[in-house]
Amino acid sequence: MKSTVKSFSVEYFQVLDSEGNVDNSLMPNIPESKIKEIYHLMVLVRTFDEKLFKLQRSGKIGTYAEVRGEEASEVGSAMALEKEDWMCPSFRETGVFITRGAPRDKIVQAWRGDVRAFKGDKKNLPVAIPVGSQTLYATGIAWASKLKNEKDITIVYFGDGATSEGDFYEAMNFAGEFKLPIIFFCQNNQWAISTPRKSQSASETIAQKGIASGVYSVQVDGNDAVGVYKITKEAVDRARNGEGPTLIESITYRMGDHTTSDDSSRYRTEEEVKYWLARDPLLRLEKYFRNINTWNDEYGRWVKETCEKEVDEAIAKALAIEKPGPDELFDYVYAVMPKELQEQKKELEEEVKQRGL
Amino acid sequence: MAKINMVQAINQALKQEMEKDKRVLVMGEDVGVDGGVFRVTDGLIQQFGKDRVIDTPLAEAGIIGTALGMAINGLKPVVEMQFIGFSYEGFHHINHHMARFRQRSEGTVNASIVLRGPTGGGIKALELHSESPETFFAHCQGLKVVIPSNPYDAKGLMISSIRDPDPVVFLEPEKLYRAFKDEVPEESYTVPLGEAKVARQGKDITIVTWGAMVRLCLDVAEQLKGKIDVEVIDLRTIWPLDENAILESVKKTGRAVVVHEAPKTSGFGGEVAARIQEKAILYLNSPIVRVTGFDVPYPQFALEEYYMPNAERIIKGINSVMNF
Ligand SMILES: Cc1ncc(C[n+]2csc(CCOP(=O)(O)OP(=O)(O)O)c2C)c(N)n1
Ligand SMILES: [Mg+2]
Repeated sequence: MKSTVKSFSVEYFQVLDSEGNVDNSLMPNIPESKIKEIYHLMVLVRTFDEKLFKLQRSGKIGTYAEVRGEEASEVGSAMALEKEDWMCPSFRETGVFITRGAPRDKIVQAWRGDVRAFKGDKKNLPVAIPVGSQTLYATGIAWASKLKNEKDITIVYFGDGATSEGDFYEAMNFAGEFKLPIIFFCQNNQWAISTPRKSQSASETIAQKGIASGVYSVQVDGNDAVGVYKITKEAVDRARNGEGPTLIESITYRMGDHTTSDDSSRYRTEEEVKYWLARDPLLRLEKYFRNINTWNDEYGRWVKETCEKEVDEAIAKALAIEKPGPDELFDYVYAVMPKELQEQKKELEEEVKQRGL
Repeated sequence: MAKINMVQAINQALKQEMEKDKRVLVMGEDVGVDGGVFRVTDGLIQQFGKDRVIDTPLAEAGIIGTALGMAINGLKPVVEMQFIGFSYEGFHHINHHMARFRQRSEGTVNASIVLRGPTGGGIKALELHSESPETFFAHCQGLKVVIPSNPYDAKGLMISSIRDPDPVVFLEPEKLYRAFKDEVPEESYTVPLGEAKVARQGKDITIVTWGAMVRLCLDVAEQLKGKIDVEVIDLRTIWPLDENAILESVKKTGRAVVVHEAPKTSGFGGEVAARIQEKAILYLNSPIVRVTGFDVPYPQFALEEYYMPNAERIIKGINSVMNF
């Protein structure tokens, strides 16, 4: 005897196509003003990228990871959350921080290697550097919300490369098994440094990696801000209603180098980059506005100028922040500082005073 | 003889061992087409192809675990951790298996494998890109732990590590990668594992150190020239420890300072100091002093300068020993 016990499929969603045409059957209930807000935030993120990139080149900030190309994915998804929801980023989510209202100067400060930037924000967790590891504590956060009968849900961001890590599979498995209120948001930007998506795994989609763990899993065009918003909002609603976790594979593209320390011309072709530049998520929204006659160039210029001003102010403010003192090295290692650390701190303070560091 | 930096020296060692021994292969994240994020494996994929220079999925437990399997089955993998801090993602394979297979199999199974990666701080990198975990590895009984301080040693130690029948963790101080060049012979040569080097002769005080701190200690010794005659011992191999080299020097100088970048408490400096007092206490004129990183997680780079041991701290340590 032989029978098919189970079969699966992966759905792909796109609301706005690359020409900005709407699939009305999928258009979510979203006011026009909100789409404009998304667009404005996306321009802000792009502007952030442009200016921080330059700032890195002039040595004023450290290594910077551009968002460029992933603005729809980041802003669209973050717009679907509530302020109380938990957000666990990896390191490329500058656009998510911006959308979640993080003070602009703090974002710059964080890229200057100054952790004081993360102080006091409980629901937007600090950047996670070890790739994929955040998926597990995010799962635990969601689990606690469920155990405490709280209504907040958790979203965790990570890349296509991160889905090769064991932590990712373990997180899926826990979330599925305990039906947790969490959204696994994978920014499949086609590259993990020099490793293309297809060399990362023989799995045809990343979405199907969730299905094996009983996690509802779906693909969305990550350069379609409206589509990303719609799919994330549905996942948020399901999580909040106790219907369990979702894995969203947002298909997008890292238009820039991996970080400012990388040179992507070593491993990818100009044609490929050109193909994706034509699918720029900002252009797509502009085409959409044009199609429905709510665009004019003056509005476009106004948005860009407003964003430039906002970022310039943030940078000026961040650069004026005084360098952290030696206390920062010691004060947050323990709730109560052990004696040994108190002594080491004193030692350093004396040295700093003497040398005028 | 050509002058080359540490990146080029390690690259040469890998190339020459791969030419010599078909079992040697290189694997890790971005080591192939990209040549590694620091370019240590640059050009290898062009020469040896993608079966011997393997771009792996992004999964350290996967990389270390499967490399170990290859070693068990007779290959000699040289595994790159993109930064040594990410070896923690696969630490269970290092400690559970890599370090123990020989003992577990009564010497039947060789895990001849090199786990290498950029180590230590000082280059304003992101969080977890500046770890100094030599003590973790030294405490996985069954591993050897190597850390070069210059291009010449880096090449010779790498060749020895690849040829060694036991698993070797090879720590590459990232601050030194391009910091300076050495005259390095083009031909293959070895620097033996387990042998420290007297990096500078002196008669007043011994500094025991390793990795990126060696250069700094040599600079300090020069600064103190004419006042205090400093001997600098570069361990080169953390484990197995060249106890003799340390004791010989301390018996001569009667004074010792240990300098390392890793945090002080439970740092390997404690081990060095304990051995000196066990075996040479009567030769000492003063207590042994440690100059190390503070007992805090390696900070994000705005605080890096505060964390790193510097010349002032080393001189202060030396003075406290001299003036005891
Ligand atoms: C555990 C771990 N391994 C390796 C690295 C080095 N590293 C940083 S980002 C990156 C690639 C990440 O790719 P992906 O998950 O697709 O995210 P993307 O950079 O494309 O946003 C690597 C290998 C790291 N930070 N953490
Ligand atoms: Mg990616």
